[in-house]
Amino acid sequence: MTALERLTRYVVWIVAAATVVFLMTPLVVTLAVSFGSSTVFTLPPPDWSLRWYERLASTRGLLPALTVSLQVAAISTVISMVLGTLCAIALVRGRFPGREAISTFLVSPLMLPGLVIGIAMLQGFKSMGLRDVYASLLIAHVVITLPYIVRTVVGALGLFDFSLIDAARTLGCNYPAALVRVLVPALAPAFLTSGMFAFLASMDNYPISIFFTDAWTKTLPIQMLQYVEERPDPTIAAISAGLVLLAIVALVIGDRLVGLRKLADF
Amino acid sequence: MTPATASPQRPPSPWRDPVALLAVPAVIYFAVVYAYPLVWLLLKSFSSPTGFTVQPYIGFLSDPFNWRVIGNTLRVAAWVTLFCLIVGYPAAFALARAGAFVQIVMLVSIILPLSIGAVVKAFAWQIVLRRDGVVSQLMVGLGLWDEPQRLLFTETGLVLGAANIFLPFMILPIYSVVKLIDPRLSEAGATLGATPLYRFTHVTLPLTLPGVVSGIAFVFSMSVSMFVIPSLLVGDRFQTLSTLTGRSFLLMRNEQLGSTTAVVLLVLAVSIVVASTWLGRRLGGRT
Repeated sequence: MTALERLTRYVVWIVAAATVVFLMTPLVVTLAVSFGSSTVFTLPPPDWSLRWYERLASTRGLLPALTVSLQVAAISTVISMVLGTLCAIALVRGRFPGREAISTFLVSPLMLPGLVIGIAMLQGFKSMGLRDVYASLLIAHVVITLPYIVRTVVGALGLFDFSLIDAARTLGCNYPAALVRVLVPALAPAFLTSGMFAFLASMDNYPISIFFTDAWTKTLPIQMLQYVEERPDPTIAAISAGLVLLAIVALVIGDRLVGLRKLADF
Repeated sequence: MTPATASPQRPPSPWRDPVALLAVPAVIYFAVVYAYPLVWLLLKSFSSPTGFTVQPYIGFLSDPFNWRVIGNTLRVAAWVTLFCLIVGYPAAFALARAGAFVQIVMLVSIILPLSIGAVVKAFAWQIVLRRDGVVSQLMVGLGLWDEPQRLLFTETGLVLGAANIFLPFMILPIYSVVKLIDPRLSEAGATLGATPLYRFTHVTLPLTLPGVVSGIAFVFSMSVSMFVIPSLLVGDRFQTLSTLTGRSFLLMRNEQLGSTTAVVLLVLAVSIVVASTWLGRRLGGRT
């Protein structure tokens, strides 16, 4: 091994270690602040305490916001899974023109500025006479979650052996029953990972949700940003720590079901 | 049943393929609640009580303040992308070539932040970038700064925070091409007498270029569009297209200005996607 190669190797490893530290910094800082006793975010914390977690119970507006976020994320993910899977079957199995265009169209919200989509929806929904905030929020969040489902399920369907469906039909299943009993189990890992990412994307969305908010309907990120602006204290770090925990649980489930390397596929 | 029985009755036209019906609900849904509002926004920004107009755009582009906003947007996005590329390129190689344990640690540190929202991470960066924050302590500790400095509410702080949040989108696409490269290719080059630099520029770099292009496209377009991160890390004095759009709708209630900036932002974002897709196809990579 030449000196230059050894040097390159060292440089690459230093960069790798630095990357891990850099990427984990916000999460570690959030956790450290949430378990610290300091009101002014002193790091490292002078003493450990659970006072910010105890504060959570008395934080006004937190529970309603969490409820709205969980509801909207769950309902919109389920709707997206049904619409997205049906569409993915058509895109993979169909022989009609324009499939490429449809798939780009359905994944495109991932690539456009959320704020612009939100503004457009705000005005578009108004022009259609839709004024209910909760319904608008839900309808908008399907647009946030569907791209994740379509992208992943189209990929998984490409690897599925469709002659299994024909086999089930030969054995007496009708077409919908064959889909439910053969296709759904085979696609379970794809459903779970794409559903998970869709759910988290909906939970975390700010730029679209901000346009469908009123005094009674607020999602968690919107409520959190409001806390940050009104009264920044480590209570927000405690809420954040809860979301970090949720992400860790999701990651462990994802790893068990499909493996970390699969999750990193781009 | 023999395979031959399936073939005689092919659909007369591909348009009548019954499987296509399964795509109808999703496509109609998106057409109504997503495409129609975007088209409506676009048309409205070109209409006035008297008919078609480009006046708002002329007004917008003739104001030097707005050019500064466009400049801010592109400059910050360029710095964030450059930072991510410099850190992410070697990191993607390390990820591809690492042993099992290091690879798991790296993958967790890349995927975990991806599942956490921008509000949470930007709030953490507010703490990190304070005068008594981690970055300031580190720089003073290393002797690079004479006294603690506040990076929060500065452009540097914004670039650092945004680069941290978008870095996974640079590493993963590059990693996806690096892991397919046979390390023996470079060794073959060495056997034939190529210098390490020549091997990098003539073997490794061209092979990783599709990943680099899609990483740059991801990070650049997300940096142009970001809204929560600048709101928390840089404040009102520094406006980007995205924060200006948000402000005009949410605070100033100036829908005309908001629609104009939103369309400018949309055009910018779409041209980045189109350009990178075209470049990706030319390079023969998957996008």
